Amino acid sequence: MSMQPDKVRLRSLSARRRSANVLFQSLCYIATALGLTALFLILGSLLHNGLGGVSLRVFTENTPGPGSQGGLRNAIVGSAIMTVLGVCVGTPIGILAGTFMAEYGRYNRVTPIVRFINDILLSAPSIIIGLFVYELVVVPMGGFSALAGSAALALIVIPVVVRTTEDMLLLVPNSLREAAASIGAPRSVIIRSVSYKAAQAGIVTGILLAIARVSGETAPLLFTALGNLNFSLDLKGPMASLPLIINQFASSAYPEWQSLAWTGALIVTAAVLLLSIAARVLVSKRSD
Amino acid sequence: MSVSTSSTPALSGAATSPAVVQQSATPALDKIRIENLSFFYGQNRALKDITLSLTENQVTAFIGPSGCGKSTLLRVLNRIYELYPNQRAEGTVLLDGEDILDPKQDRNVLRARIGMVFQKPTPFPMSIYENIAFGVRLYDHLSRSEMDERVEHALRGAALWNEVKDKLHASGTSLSGGQQQRLCIARTVAVKPEVILFDEPCSALDPISTSRIEELIDELSSSYTIAIVTHNMQQAARVSDHTAFMYLGELVEFGETQTIFTAPKQKKTEEYITGRFG
Amino acid sequence: MVNIPMSSVSVGARDLAIKRFAASDALFRLVTRSAAYLVLTLLGAFLVTLVIGSSLALSTFGVGFFTTQSWNPNPDILKFGALAPIYGTLVTSAIAMALALPVGLGIAVFLTELCPLSLRRAIGSAIELLAGVPSIIYGMWGLFVLAPVLQNFENNYLVPVVADVPILSSIFAGPSYGQGVLTAGIILAIMVLPFIAAVSRDVFLTVPAVLKEAAFGLGATTREVVRKVVLPYSRVGVIGGAMLALGRALGETMAVTFVIGNDPKVRASLLAPGTTISSSIANEFAEAKEPMHSSALVALGLILFVITLIVLSAARLMLARMNQRAGA
Repeated sequence: MSMQPDKVRLRSLSARRRSANVLFQSLCYIATALGLTALFLILGSLLHNGLGGVSLRVFTENTPGPGSQGGLRNAIVGSAIMTVLGVCVGTPIGILAGTFMAEYGRYNRVTPIVRFINDILLSAPSIIIGLFVYELVVVPMGGFSALAGSAALALIVIPVVVRTTEDMLLLVPNSLREAAASIGAPRSVIIRSVSYKAAQAGIVTGILLAIARVSGETAPLLFTALGNLNFSLDLKGPMASLPLIINQFASSAYPEWQSLAWTGALIVTAAVLLLSIAARVLVSKRSD
Repeated sequence: MSVSTSSTPALSGAATSPAVVQQSATPALDKIRIENLSFFYGQNRALKDITLSLTENQVTAFIGPSGCGKSTLLRVLNRIYELYPNQRAEGTVLLDGEDILDPKQDRNVLRARIGMVFQKPTPFPMSIYENIAFGVRLYDHLSRSEMDERVEHALRGAALWNEVKDKLHASGTSLSGGQQQRLCIARTVAVKPEVILFDEPCSALDPISTSRIEELIDELSSSYTIAIVTHNMQQAARVSDHTAFMYLGELVEFGETQTIFTAPKQKKTEEYITGRFG
Repeated sequence: MVNIPMSSVSVGARDLAIKRFAASDALFRLVTRSAAYLVLTLLGAFLVTLVIGSSLALSTFGVGFFTTQSWNPNPDILKFGALAPIYGTLVTSAIAMALALPVGLGIAVFLTELCPLSLRRAIGSAIELLAGVPSIIYGMWGLFVLAPVLQNFENNYLVPVVADVPILSSIFAGPSYGQGVLTAGIILAIMVLPFIAAVSRDVFLTVPAVLKEAAFGLGATTREVVRKVVLPYSRVGVIGGAMLALGRALGETMAVTFVIGNDPKVRASLLAPGTTISSSIANEFAEAKEPMHSSALVALGLILFVITLIVLSAARLMLARMNQRAGA
């Protein structure tokens, strides 16, 4: 932008710059409006189509046959079981791996490689995890099962928890570790009694985010847990799950099923968003 | 130990008679003997052939400009440097005649015997009570009442008891900076160490808190061998019996505090204590 | 030990404690290390499993698997070519990126430069919440809400308008059923939008305030500051974030499966139904009885995994470079 003494040129240039800027800013406002509109449209249609179906019977009755009334009890219970199992298996592995990366192995040459691979797993297509578990669990076990579904969910939990655990432990100041070491605490005690305590809120946030993530997962369950229209607590057999039922009912031609799909979608979304908000509140509390 | 922190002005304290300095009835023993100690950060040599001794139940101060290696020296004495890669020490450090740099020596026990108080107060994310009980529990199995007693004793020893006795289960981080530092001293004392290392313990504190910590160091020196790194020469003069002046990783001069401050033998030492550099 | 007043701990108890600690420390170290190595081997395990599972199909069809588009699971025919799902995957992701990248960057600029501070957090959180909505919800919403609207728009306005324009008339050839490649691309765009916006915002925030202030001080407009200061400084990070989003778009399953129409054919029109790798697997795998059929689907999975692996690796390397610079 050369500063010519020619005032007319300068003024016309600045007018052009100004209008370009107005256009640019308007586009940014429009982009944000588009994003927010999408959010409100999606949440709005969930509420509009799903809220009417929310009643006690959704939680007390199992999924109905085509053309009849029913609830989502088996799906909710199945989702809860597989989510809990998946999180219970995935969380300890994730925390331990994250602990190695931030504590024992912080200066280890392997750690950056583990971090890199974990970051890739974090965004790897979840359907691939379904294929992996199918080959590794479903085929040897001779059939679809809740255990296979839980294994798939655990594999999704692990990278989420590894990432947050490592990040949060890295935030713990070394001075705290030195202080604990200086009164004679061995490394394992320092980690468990001091580092974990200092990073507690962050690690819990990671677990909440992992729960949120797996409670909406559908693709990795399609050919592991398969789904089940009946109520079942058998971990070695196919099990229902909310996302699977939504998938099945939404693409069906029966209005009763479609309506239940909307209700299920509303429940899943509400649960996921509440978990995300809880995680967010926890983080902001910690940073205050 | 003669120098009274409250009444003696900075340098005049060092002028008291040598007889008062050696007040203790027992002959002075070398608690820690450092011989030909060198220290490396990777390729970088931070300490060069240091040889000196810390006398039992006396205070030894380490002074010198930033980067002279005084904190590094302290961090060798309890092997805290081993938390990090590419740091290594060469030479001998004898604690009661045993080489603590020998890898066979358990570093955790060593650290329980040689406590350390850091520059910034570092209370653990636990209650005041737990901050102290945590370290005690590592090596001692005490009953509930014994532990209560030990915690109280440690807090009294750190002149903190009266301020916190009604809120022992409040978080350690809720205390003020000076209180936090005294909590850290109490925590160190509670595990019954033989030596206490102070790494610029007052640099983050206000003058009132500083003078309380100095009084405390003075009291502790009757029971512990103490090493203190400080930037503050008045502080070194006030609290220590012996002073080591370090420069660029080398020990320039080491001797009785009053000698160092009144009649230094080396020109560099004189320049430093008179404030001509550093 | 002479004259050590407070050292009363018995040597025996200490020795016991030393041994206990040495054992528990070694054990804890081993356990955490094993967990880390487990994570390390997962990626390889995925690859090996997929290679083994796909070997039947890949050895039977060879290079033809990548270049032909006949997909016939009929037990008497069993002929499989991956061209249609590969094409669908790439095209839907390209549409998604083309739509979401400018909008996402616009949101990021809004959040970092234009938004009043009091609203910044609320709007930022809302955008991030959009990222947390499960993909099946997007798919369902796309099927029931977006697809009918698009079908109406495309048949009544888009197709007639471009009917006489040479190339556009075949890209947007009707009739539209609402479900098709374009709809899938739009749904994917809405899905990855929050990722792009959030990552770009974070990257924009790493631009040192002094740089921007200096430019504003010279009289630069917001647009000029963004174009001449913010974007050049954060280019690597923005590209990294975009590729991360691309990785998600390529592998997304449920959002696409609902709205793409699931027809394994390559068609010129974006309004026509198609398929993607992930939606083919999702639709057919549980029902695939023939080993050759399953193997062909696993081979699709392998292709998808390799593509996303490359994209995600590039994304992570770029973001790491960005972080390094921000840290330096």
